[in-house]
Amino acid sequence: MMATSYNAKEEDGHHSGASSHGAAGVVKSKKPDNTAFKQQRLPAWQPILTAGTVLPAFFVIGLIFIPIGIGLYVSSNNIKEFEIDYTGVDISNPCYSCAKNFSWNSTTPCVCSMNFTLEQPFESNVFMYYGLSNFYQNHRRYVKSRDDSQLNGDQSALKNPSKECEPYRTSDGLPIAPCGAIANSLFNDTLELYHIDSNNTRNTIPLVKKGIAWWTDKHVKFRNPGENLTAAFQGTNKPVNWRKPVYELDPSDPDNNGFINEDFIVWMRTAALPTFRKLYRIIQKKSNTTPTLPSGKYVLEITYNYPVLSFDGRKRMILSTISWMGGKNPFLGIAYITVGSICFFLGVVLLIIHHKYDTRSNSADIPN
Amino acid sequence: MAFWRRNTHIEKERHVKANARDYNDKFSYADNRIKTSKYNIFTFLPINLFEQFQRVANAYFLVLLILQVIPEISSLSWFTTIVPLVLVLVITAVKDATDDYFRHKSDQQVNNRQSQVLIRGSLQNEKWMNVRVGDIIRLENNQFVAADILLLCSSEPYGLCYIETAELDGETNLKVRQALTVTSDLKDITKLMDFDGEVICEPPNNKLDKFTGTLYWRDNKYPLDNEKMLLRGCVLRNTEWCFGMVIFAGLQTKLMQNCGRTTFKRTSIDKLMNTLVLWIFAFLICMGVILAIGNTIWVSWIGRNFQVFLPGEEFQSNAVFSGFLTFWSYIIILNTVVPISLYVSVEVLRLGHSYFINWDQKMFCRQTNTAAEARTTTLNEELGQVEFIFSDKTGTLTQNIMVFSKCSINGQTYGDVYNEFDEKVEITEKTACVDFSFNPLCDKAFKFYDGSLIEAIKLEDLAVQEFFRLLALCHTVMPEEKSEGHLVYLAQSPDEGALVTAARNFGFVFRARTPETITLCEMGRAVTYQLLAILDFNNVRKRMSVIVRNPQGQIKLYCKGADTIIFDRLDPSSEALMYTTSEHLNEFAGEGLRTLALAYKDLDEDDFEVWMKKLLFASTVIENREDQLAVLYEEIEQGLKLLGATAIEDKLQEGVPETIACLNLADIKIWVLTGDKLETAMNIGYSCNMLRDDMNEVFVISGHTLLEQLQLKILNSVTHRVSSVGDVEKTDMFADDSVFEEAIIAEYALVINGHSLAHALEPQLEHILLDLACLCKTVICCRVTPLQKAQVVELVKRHKRAVTLAIGDGANDVSMIKTAHIGVGISGQEGMQAVLASDYSFAQFRYLQRLLLVHGRWSYFRMCNFLCYFFYKNFAFTLVHFWYGFFCGFSAQTVYDQWFITLFNIVYTSLPVLAMGLFDQDVNDQNSLRYPSLYKPGQQNLLFNKRQFFLCTLQGMGTSFLLFFIPYGAFSVMVKEDGSHFSDQQTFAVTIATTLVIVVSVQIGLDKHYWTAVNHLFIWGSLTVYFAILFAMQSNGIFGIFPSNFPFVGTARNCLSEKSVWLVILLTTVVCVVPGLVVSFLRVDLFPTLTDKVRHLQQSRKKEGPQEQNLRRVRRTSSRRSAYAFSHQQGYGELITSGKNMKMSTVSSAGSPGRTPHSSTWIENMLKRKNEVPIKNMII
Repeated sequence: MMATSYNAKEEDGHHSGASSHGAAGVVKSKKPDNTAFKQQRLPAWQPILTAGTVLPAFFVIGLIFIPIGIGLYVSSNNIKEFEIDYTGVDISNPCYSCAKNFSWNSTTPCVCSMNFTLEQPFESNVFMYYGLSNFYQNHRRYVKSRDDSQLNGDQSALKNPSKECEPYRTSDGLPIAPCGAIANSLFNDTLELYHIDSNNTRNTIPLVKKGIAWWTDKHVKFRNPGENLTAAFQGTNKPVNWRKPVYELDPSDPDNNGFINEDFIVWMRTAALPTFRKLYRIIQKKSNTTPTLPSGKYVLEITYNYPVLSFDGRKRMILSTISWMGGKNPFLGIAYITVGSICFFLGVVLLIIHHKYDTRSNSADIPN
Repeated sequence: MAFWRRNTHIEKERHVKANARDYNDKFSYADNRIKTSKYNIFTFLPINLFEQFQRVANAYFLVLLILQVIPEISSLSWFTTIVPLVLVLVITAVKDATDDYFRHKSDQQVNNRQSQVLIRGSLQNEKWMNVRVGDIIRLENNQFVAADILLLCSSEPYGLCYIETAELDGETNLKVRQALTVTSDLKDITKLMDFDGEVICEPPNNKLDKFTGTLYWRDNKYPLDNEKMLLRGCVLRNTEWCFGMVIFAGLQTKLMQNCGRTTFKRTSIDKLMNTLVLWIFAFLICMGVILAIGNTIWVSWIGRNFQVFLPGEEFQSNAVFSGFLTFWSYIIILNTVVPISLYVSVEVLRLGHSYFINWDQKMFCRQTNTAAEARTTTLNEELGQVEFIFSDKTGTLTQNIMVFSKCSINGQTYGDVYNEFDEKVEITEKTACVDFSFNPLCDKAFKFYDGSLIEAIKLEDLAVQEFFRLLALCHTVMPEEKSEGHLVYLAQSPDEGALVTAARNFGFVFRARTPETITLCEMGRAVTYQLLAILDFNNVRKRMSVIVRNPQGQIKLYCKGADTIIFDRLDPSSEALMYTTSEHLNEFAGEGLRTLALAYKDLDEDDFEVWMKKLLFASTVIENREDQLAVLYEEIEQGLKLLGATAIEDKLQEGVPETIACLNLADIKIWVLTGDKLETAMNIGYSCNMLRDDMNEVFVISGHTLLEQLQLKILNSVTHRVSSVGDVEKTDMFADDSVFEEAIIAEYALVINGHSLAHALEPQLEHILLDLACLCKTVICCRVTPLQKAQVVELVKRHKRAVTLAIGDGANDVSMIKTAHIGVGISGQEGMQAVLASDYSFAQFRYLQRLLLVHGRWSYFRMCNFLCYFFYKNFAFTLVHFWYGFFCGFSAQTVYDQWFITLFNIVYTSLPVLAMGLFDQDVNDQNSLRYPSLYKPGQQNLLFNKRQFFLCTLQGMGTSFLLFFIPYGAFSVMVKEDGSHFSDQQTFAVTIATTLVIVVSVQIGLDKHYWTAVNHLFIWGSLTVYFAILFAMQSNGIFGIFPSNFPFVGTARNCLSEKSVWLVILLTTVVCVVPGLVVSFLRVDLFPTLTDKVRHLQQSRKKEGPQEQNLRRVRRTSSRRSAYAFSHQQGYGELITSGKNMKMSTVSSAGSPGRTPHSSTWIENMLKRKNEVPIKNMII
């Protein structure tokens, strides 16, 4: 009845006393170790949500986000972008007939031209994209229909592609290289751009086709099975939709053939969403004095090889400049401004609520 | 259990023949082997796997695994499921195997105990498990009884033997068993060999206090009852040896039949979790169906046309079938809403919490050198939800040590210690105790702190001397002097032992007794008193007296008994003293001490002669002998002179009242279930502060009340109770608080005894009992059998949906411990049965406070936080796939890399949440104990319930929505800084995955209350590991080795080097976290819970620096004139005067021929009575 203490100190005191005497002697004490870990007394930082910590956080978030948002918005707005749909859905579209009369078997390519006008000059490097809509490059069966080993130059995979490639694994008894649905559906329109100068003459705008793929893709992920491409791809068949074998993709540049063809690599990096754009060409700035693309009339000449109408797809050509944060993207800027403002506003509201209804008083109302 | 079940035929009668194994084998009775283990080496794997796959979750993952192997469906590689599943199965199996191994070991230890069996004419040592029904076995002093045996003969005269039944019913006083007269002569082996009696008796049952059977031997029939049985679990005491015949063995013994079934205990969170898993599963199916329908629509509108580039196989072009396949594919990718690692993590957490219990120094008992032990590692969070505690009394609340603590002699109290200012000093371990070195025969263990009493003795104060003389003479204790001066008292009740020991230390040493004399050593002088009569104790008289003739020839009557009884019989000259003593008694009783009044009387030689003659006559009559004796006793016990009063402390365990008070504040109801007597139980109730004088009413329900009467009684009490509540409720019907206040104002207690309980537990009454009991603040059930204990627990468990905890120390508590949600055993005592059956064990009742309020609360809090976070995390993680489904043609394309899916739960986010689950503390341990109300949220299930689950999954869904759509918005037109396109799937995956890992890490940081170094390490470490693994798996090197397994090469480099990606990550993180932050800030700011307040207080305290905590002391306010220290059963008066139990060795004069005629009549009386009316309630 008399000894009722739970005081830790007292017990600890006893302990130290007892152990120093070693009175227990033979009987080994089973007393647990007095370590901070075992006694759950680890030193710890114990933050609690108080007005003093939460409210400033909101203001700080607001104050940081709003400027970032404004910066993003402004730089996004400074980016010049031009987009043109050349699918040929309407009868007014110059590509209408090409789209209508498309057939896989036709040997002569259908060419159509579209005229457009740039209101403003594009000053710095201009990037030319092709955009596809309603194209499910992210469909599960589509995504897995490839053989990365084969694309990495693996000989056995070249001859015996992965089962994932079905039904584009073999044709006529020969393995397909590159196999699979992704490769088979390679975007194969050819786009050419002409500037119509004041004399109404068409000046070809040089389009650079190198440097459009990621460095890692071009140098690590994709590799040819051998130096001599024709020999290396001996015994394989081209994908069924293709007109040319993979080692003849780029007749102008022998180093841009086989699996390391950059157009091919870009295509093989499947898009996340059914509407996407992929880099097609780069128009490099020539000099500091003249804009890369001066304002004026242009002609886009399309070799129409790629059918999208059957699944209600759309094809676009996009010209765009870029800034420090990439391409035109108003979403991020607006989102930052919105979130920043909301945080700031929340901070104000919470501050008012806190001052008006603060119920946390001292410990007096803690019942025992 | 299995063995028992095999006996399909129901045994109606048991035939057992002594020394005839062949005969007994016919009946295939259970042998004496006990088995509590579940598996053996061969059955382990199949049974364990079967059990594991019975768990919903495991079976679910197995199904998933099977689905994943079907190529048309498989949307995830098989390794994403099999790795965690195998991990779970192995961990669980290892745990089960170790548990079972220890059960095997303890079984083996018990089964291999040695006992001596009479086989083929000689005594042979046999293991317990080889003892069979019908064997004759020999037991020695202090041995455990191996099976339920029929006592045949013993070393003591008349075939008596003494047993301790502490393991069975918790009572430690000795009990007597006596063999049949015909068998008590079979004292040597050859005679026993020839014994071929056959016992026909009842089949095995669990009634500890009942046995009916007949012994057929030499064409005679002898009735057998419980008084001739030694039950398994008893210990033979004070008897050199005895022989017995095994009637029930092994699992059929009454002890084992009372053990109840071992049931697998699951916590309520476990059950809730199972329900939630089913809900999630339903939710999963819903999502699957939505997406499958989406897929069907997509295929028929778009996919069919998209076949130019994505040709489907024949069956896949069928939209409905494609939808069907998609359903399964989505089931696979969305399966992570029920992450398999949840179960592993929960187990790991519980294991960790168990270790913290084992490691807790403050639950370590130095005296017995035992630390607390969590024997079951799966129940920890349940400790934070306990609403009912069922406690044993003896050995749990009390130490079962009676200590002579105070006395009042001739109007003067002794026992309190005062300092120099005349203030009462509290007695602690450090208080100097009285030096008894003047007395060579003193008991070293006896402690008394008031020196004035010893001075009074030394001054030869006559009243004081007479007081102790009375204590030394008036009792039925047996002395045993093993060596000169080394006295051991064998008392029937610990109270008596305490009194005689007190007298011994104060110089009145009770040294020896014969049937006619008592020898004392008074202050060093040997004095022999002639014992003329013992007027024994019984429940009606509530007193006992002895009449002795002292060496001077005077005849004196010494009487001790309940104060009220004694005061009625006092001589008028003692009136003044009576008032003083009465005051003292009130004082003692107020401190919860058990009191006795002492009185004496000088008898006139002639009057005594006359009375003695009447007594002798009365003891020979046949009719109404009891009554006549009582009248005679009454006649002589008149005109007593009061000497004083004693106060005995039934030593409670340390800190029991404080613990009970504290647990009461935490809204935990404590019911005491004890095998002890009503009065003792109530007395303890008062001293533990469970019963108080200021309680409105204490209902006592006892006796063999008829069912109807009892019902009436209960109904009355209920209506009484209701009527008193009614007024308040009517006036204030809608205010919830009024009921609450009422509960505080009106406090009732219920005391119910075993017989009444048996009726009350019948189906038609149990509801009334439960309702009534729950209205009462305190419930004490006394004289209950082990099985009734379990029934009471079961009753509450079944109808109240509350978490129950049973705590006890003896084998009689095993069934209750097993039945309750949580069983706690008091360890460090002799018997280990309770501990072995328990889930938690520690040495002192008071540790219960720490176990529940600190460890239980923490465990519950941690587990709930853990679960909330875990569900949140996995919903946030998984549902991204759902949103993505709308943009990828419902094709079950995953957003993330497969490796990320495999590792997210087991590597990237497991350690921070484990650290939170292990180390988080909202309030430190001192404050947890200081504010017991902090415990209440656990009882009300507030921290994790269906609503909380709903909220956290909602938060998870919201997060997944933002996680998907913010990057979606940003990525739809995103290009890289070098102009190359950027909205590819892999970049998208890496961005969302990185955002997810960051968001959940930030969220856990906000959810966490206690940031230790480990938490920091784990959170920052996990983030580091995430990036390390991310870059490693997307490095050129690993791609070079396994090109087809790691197609993400270079993505992390290209993606995370972009400013815009980081801007997206930052934005998403803030947007995901802010809403939760606002809500929790508003909650803490506007509606702070007690926890928040205490946390705030704790923090401000910490700033001020450490403060000394003032510990609450519980003051007992009882002024009840409490009980009288007696064993409430017939004393041993007859045995003593008959000289039966006098051992030849210790008392040489016992065999002397001068036995007075009246003592021989006592023998007959006693034998007769024993045969007619078995001493009531010998065991229960």
